[in-house]
Amino acid sequence: MSDLIRVRDLTVSFKTRHEAILAVDRLSFKLKENEILGIVGESGSGKSQTVLSIMGLLEQNGSATGEANFHGINLLSLSMSELNRIRGKEIGMIFQDPMSSLNPYITIGSQMSQILAQHTDLTKKEREEKCVEMLDLVGITNPQKRFDGYSFELSGGMRQRVMIASALLTSPKLLIADEPTTALDVTVQEKILDLILEVRDRFHMSVILITHDLGVVARTCEKVLVMKEGRLQEEGELNQIYYSPESEYTRELLNKSKQINLVNSKDPRKEEKTAYEENKLVEAKEVSVLFDLPKEGLFAPRELIAAVDGVSAEILEGEIIGVVGESGSGKSSFSRTILGLQKVTSGELRVLGQQLNSQKTFVAKTLRQRMQVVFQDPYSSLNPRMTIQEILLEPLLVFFSDQDRSVRFDRIRDVLVEVGLDEHFLGRYPHELSGGQCQRVAIARALLPIPELLVCDEAVSALDASVRAEIIDLLVRLKNDRGLTILFIAHDLAVVRKICDRVIVMEKGKIVEQGDTEKVFQNPKEEYTKNLISSVPVADPRLEKQRRLERLSKAN
Amino acid sequence: MTNLKFIFGRLAGAIPTLLVLICFAFFLVKSAPGGPFDFERSLPEEVEKNLREAYNLDDPLYLQLTKYVGSILTGDFGPSFQYRDYTVTELIMSGFPVSLRLGVAAIFLALILGGTIGTIAALNQNSRLDYSVMFFGMVGISIPNFVMAPLLVLIFSIALNILPAGGYANGAPLHMILPVVALALPQAAYIARLTRGSMIEVLNSNFVRTTRAQGLPLNTIIFKHVLKPTFLPVISYLGPATAAIITGSVVVEQIFGLPGLGRYFVQGALNRDYTLVMGVVIFYGLLIIGFNLIVDTVYGFIDPRIKHNR
Repeated sequence: MSDLIRVRDLTVSFKTRHEAILAVDRLSFKLKENEILGIVGESGSGKSQTVLSIMGLLEQNGSATGEANFHGINLLSLSMSELNRIRGKEIGMIFQDPMSSLNPYITIGSQMSQILAQHTDLTKKEREEKCVEMLDLVGITNPQKRFDGYSFELSGGMRQRVMIASALLTSPKLLIADEPTTALDVTVQEKILDLILEVRDRFHMSVILITHDLGVVARTCEKVLVMKEGRLQEEGELNQIYYSPESEYTRELLNKSKQINLVNSKDPRKEEKTAYEENKLVEAKEVSVLFDLPKEGLFAPRELIAAVDGVSAEILEGEIIGVVGESGSGKSSFSRTILGLQKVTSGELRVLGQQLNSQKTFVAKTLRQRMQVVFQDPYSSLNPRMTIQEILLEPLLVFFSDQDRSVRFDRIRDVLVEVGLDEHFLGRYPHELSGGQCQRVAIARALLPIPELLVCDEAVSALDASVRAEIIDLLVRLKNDRGLTILFIAHDLAVVRKICDRVIVMEKGKIVEQGDTEKVFQNPKEEYTKNLISSVPVADPRLEKQRRLERLSKAN
Repeated sequence: MTNLKFIFGRLAGAIPTLLVLICFAFFLVKSAPGGPFDFERSLPEEVEKNLREAYNLDDPLYLQLTKYVGSILTGDFGPSFQYRDYTVTELIMSGFPVSLRLGVAAIFLALILGGTIGTIAALNQNSRLDYSVMFFGMVGISIPNFVMAPLLVLIFSIALNILPAGGYANGAPLHMILPVVALALPQAAYIARLTRGSMIEVLNSNFVRTTRAQGLPLNTIIFKHVLKPTFLPVISYLGPATAAIITGSVVVEQIFGLPGLGRYFVQGALNRDYTLVMGVVIFYGLLIIGFNLIVDTVYGFIDPRIKHNR
């Protein structure tokens, strides 16, 4: 097989006001026809900039040098109109965030049809037929209706399918997928990755898959590039990289991902199980939370949807309890209800010894102080116009207004050290901090009121693998040192298995299964739980291959 | 269905707004010193007494207000105190066509001028062209139209002598140019800035990156993908823009001597012509509420997501 793309000495740099930043440094690689190449690395490794530069999609202040030969044509030397004859036609691309990558203002059909109008001579009617056919092929039900509809009517997974269908319209030779499943649930991720493999075979394409997840690569790719800080660390066949890595960095990455691996997850820390007393911090009996659906017409009957549906569960003092499930399973609604941010519609909910009833949403200040929350996106949950000091001072002013100024500052300094930062951060603003540092600040803020219950709502989901591991270590340490009880909501099962004593599995507002984490993970009783667990990609190519064969035989 | 419901809901919501407007204007006008019959040569006491009685001016204020609101409900804005032979409705109807002509022309000019300039600036972001266009935009916003109008007259009528300095001349286009331009310029400048900012945001959005990855040429991207979301904020600005055009036209009509509504507004206020001032205020209020409603309805047709949330 011949080479489809040959990249030589690709260098990407960005000019900012003060300096030039090197994003990709003399990268060279080859891709054969019909081959799937995975490019892995953490954020800032230059993996996305590599493909963006090939596609001519760099930001205005970016520039690329070197060669990227596609069928013998150097893409980097083409004019915009020459490049437009190749991208979208010979090379298709899909992006990380299918929500924002489709135009919400015009129909899906008109977006897709434009691609064919640009690259083919088909008539309007032929274009429509082709688009509908392609939507059908990628597994969109009722494709004609979706063709006439808008992207915001679809779920994330369906939108990514639409993106794939758009990219395939012109039967490209190469499909570039930039973190295509990062924003999706694991079960949806599994389906999208399988779809990519399926269309690869059908259209005889090559694929470049960019991801930070070694499990995703193990599941889908044949060849791997490992990148760090713009440089190539290692390159090779899938099995060689995973089972006999040469570079130190690759080994480090693999270790990290195995640490939170589902296959061998006996975490020694969990052996010394805390002898927590059976003191129930939260007791939920048949708790339901109903929302109004938007009304169809003026006189249409009121329709309700249950975000939480008859949930009975307990949270015991001193434990880390995980709540897992797909998006829309009600796990966040449940935690918001416990925090008193959401009214209970029916059922009984006792939190920290107090009854939360359905009549009032108001929760006493003393109760608020005893439970705190850390959210998913650290940047948007910290006020961008306040310094770290102002952010941390706020809970103290609210809950400990009688404390001395000096006492307050001592406490702020102490808590910063506790979460692994120091007082140099006090004068900075959130945007000057990395995602991991911001999340540490958010945790510090939650700790200052001295809570008994800490709710972490997807608190590590937006972080890079290595940072995620650090934050998780921090949470476990807080549990041990402070005797903190943690309600840990995540869609990342590996993390939940690593740190949680008990786990609750939710689906469509209901609890499907709950119990000791190891029991649930090793011997899941419900089909839903089994599916959830097996969809998590594992950084073990042989196991992944075996799993895929099982899935295929099941499908046939 | 949902749109009709939306429109009815908004119309119902406009009623309290109008009531508050009426009451506020009513007490404001009444609290101004003097009255409609304070002429230089004062009327005989008997005559003035009869007049005050005829117009209910001796009743307590709340009674006057309720009587007034009652007569408005029947569509009667009452007689003018000053222009004795005319009702307020007749006066408004004689002035409105002039103001409407002026306002509509100004809005269109502002939209076309501002939209084009903003688009050019956005497509040449941070270039010299962008900076200079936006500099003039800033100047346009900062100069109020009572300064702009005499300046235009000074240049085009007196120095260059190519356009008439004032007068309506039955709406001859030549006579309308300067007033329309004076009224449109500040709005055009604002719309240009709005368009530029909005378009730059859209150009940087992920879905535009997708279209570039699909190999669409810039023209297609702009016309098929970028223009619609770009002009959404501009369209929602048109509501407040009408209000600005209306208040602006009061000034511009005075300067250019146009027989529009603005003249009755100013004259009515100076003469304490209670019914005329009230009538014009209510009419302006209705216009602004109506135009905002039209804008919001149109918005729903352009942004498909709004239709779904209504």
